[in-house]
Amino acid sequence: MAGLSLPDVGFFIICALAVIGLAYEAITGPTAFIQISIFGLADGSMYALVALGYTMVYGIIELINFAHGDVFTMGAYIGAAILGFFSYNENSFTAVNLVALLVVFPVVMLIMGGINIGIERIAYRPLRNAPRLAPLITAIGMSFVLEGVMFLWQGPATVHFPDLLPHGPGFQTTIDGVFIGFKDVFVVVTAAILVTLLAIFINRTRLGKAMRATAQDRDAAQLMGIDINRTIAATFFIGALLAGAGGMIWGLYYNNIFYNLGFRTGLIAFTAAVFGGIGNIPGAAIGGLLIGLISAYSDSYIGSKWTEVVVFGILIGVLVFRPTGLLGMRVPEK
Amino acid sequence: MNEPATRRPAWLRRLSIRRIRDRDAVIYGVLLLLAIAFPSAVLYATGSSALISQAADAGTYVLLAIGLNVVVGFAGLLDLGYAAFFAIGAYTFALFSSSQLGSSPLHQSFHLPFWLMIFAALVAAAGAGALLGFPTLRLRGDYLAIVTLGFGEIVPQLSYNLPQWTNGINAIGSIDRPSLPAWITGPWAGANNIAIIQPDVCRQLTNSTKFAPCFSFGYDPIAFYVLIVITIIVAVILVGNLYRSRLGRAWMAIREDEVAAAAMGINTVTTKLLAFAIGASFSGFAGAYYGASFGLVSPDDFLFLVSITVLVMVVLGGMGNIPGVIVGALVIYFVLNSFLPALPPAVESLANTVGLGSLNNSNGNWPGLAQEIQRINFLVYGLILVLMMLLRPQGIFPSRVREQELKHVAVQDDEAAVEASHSS
Repeated sequence: MAGLSLPDVGFFIICALAVIGLAYEAITGPTAFIQISIFGLADGSMYALVALGYTMVYGIIELINFAHGDVFTMGAYIGAAILGFFSYNENSFTAVNLVALLVVFPVVMLIMGGINIGIERIAYRPLRNAPRLAPLITAIGMSFVLEGVMFLWQGPATVHFPDLLPHGPGFQTTIDGVFIGFKDVFVVVTAAILVTLLAIFINRTRLGKAMRATAQDRDAAQLMGIDINRTIAATFFIGALLAGAGGMIWGLYYNNIFYNLGFRTGLIAFTAAVFGGIGNIPGAAIGGLLIGLISAYSDSYIGSKWTEVVVFGILIGVLVFRPTGLLGMRVPEK
Repeated sequence: MNEPATRRPAWLRRLSIRRIRDRDAVIYGVLLLLAIAFPSAVLYATGSSALISQAADAGTYVLLAIGLNVVVGFAGLLDLGYAAFFAIGAYTFALFSSSQLGSSPLHQSFHLPFWLMIFAALVAAAGAGALLGFPTLRLRGDYLAIVTLGFGEIVPQLSYNLPQWTNGINAIGSIDRPSLPAWITGPWAGANNIAIIQPDVCRQLTNSTKFAPCFSFGYDPIAFYVLIVITIIVAVILVGNLYRSRLGRAWMAIREDEVAAAAMGINTVTTKLLAFAIGASFSGFAGAYYGASFGLVSPDDFLFLVSITVLVMVVLGGMGNIPGVIVGALVIYFVLNSFLPALPPAVESLANTVGLGSLNNSNGNWPGLAQEIQRINFLVYGLILVLMMLLRPQGIFPSRVREQELKHVAVQDDEAAVEASHSS
């Protein structure tokens, strides 16, 4: 049936209002608008990396993995710890910095992948046929455990993350009053590369195909000879790779991390995953970017204390008018 | 079937728990006895009413868990923002029973009585639940969870961000205390003869260890304890009756299979909306009680962690089973408020007796043993949650019906797999 339903109309009206408001700001203050957009994109790329983990896990076992935000923070903590072994220079970009980054990035990603497989093995796999809410509670429990480990390790204070990326004069430019630093470009480009790699992996490889099959129908996939346990473990592994990378990027960008950073970031990233249509991988990436942009606009044009209300208000609005998210398809109820 | 019975000695058979037909009735009985004996036992043993005040606070969580159980356990709707309704109840009471609105743009403060406001809070929370539920309840289960999560984040943020109304982070203080229109005094309260006391002759509590509720509840924890215990008993009876009613059966039908329930003629939207609103109303009631007993309502008391805690209580206790949920609430409350805070001093004194007393002092990066144990608290709580869930995924006392269903579902899954293999 073609034609628009009432919820669709409501959704379009809300979108149109938002676009008109932003267009007004863009015309009256183009420089500020572009500047805010750049910050929003950088933030959004990090949200996107975390959101992908949420959406993949939800897609395959229908679990809201509350521990995922803390896996992200853990990545930043472990990254900071490993970087402590290098004699890097925070004031200028040296060869040591480059080597440190090139070594630490994949190492942190792999460590986080391993930790997440462990979490899945201990806390989620034994409960796969348990009541639906049981794994949700263990996810909350694992989130507390991870936060507890970081708290025990570094204490409640903010931890400094080494400022390794090239910064300062020579690594930044100002075009028509818009400031662009190397860091902003680095964040967006790294996230884009990782998301592209993920998309290729999911669509082109055997394991990726197995994941899609398992997400569609676990029993049927099993009957086709797919090792379900391995596929689900792989999903957790890849989700944690991205979360670990996100944690590293967050640390490199903001240079400040704290033990319960993952709670707020995780909630926002999860919102992004729902926003894009949960279970949908391009949706999570786009949702992350959009949420980053929306929070940046809301920070500047409405006031940062209202950002959370705006983000979650939009979440509710999207779900009311478009229950399956921006890119989600309407699936019949099982 | 009689084989194990014949092996047991006769006296053991008589004691056997199997002879008690209804496990839930036993739990209710034990809980009721404990609730009645608790205040006098505490006063006798410790001489102070601090523990009673804590027990009254635990009662708030029991009430919250009973309410959330209607939503999550009976109707199968996952609600991750239950604290929002708690906040709405508490703020409804706090705004209209304190001087707060006098300094708001309204310039007119109200001091409405607690007994009226507790029902107003109930209606406000139920109304908010219905308002939120109406457009969102047609969503599938998990999307509803996310909407409630968002709502649960928005409500405390609003109370932070609207300080002209809610006093923001500084909280609404000096909220009116509940008071009874009259009270009967007698020899049990130290008077010479039985008489009705009116507000003007109300005797102030000179000795807080004596059970002599006055016209005003004041800061007497025992009065609040009695109030919350009575409230919980009424709530249990109400919810138990709902569970057995036509509506309760409709909830369970929806929980098990929404499509089939709709085909049987159940109006799924109205039924789910009722579950949502009734669940929220308990939360509003608990919120008003909470505001009255603490005399202080701050947005910090209604964060996501509260919703999660109540959900953990419900799932851990045994979803859908009221006595199980009460036990779950008490266990989690005990772990959070008695067990974990008691850990650091306990470990410290243990270290002293073992001869490792030097660990207790801070030294360089080592913050001292008590501090270190306090840092572990989070970790311990997380581990307790994971372990309890792994050991009893169905909860401590799951409902008998659900236990049967779970076994049934496992069988069905196997059958479905076999069928699928035949058809492919």
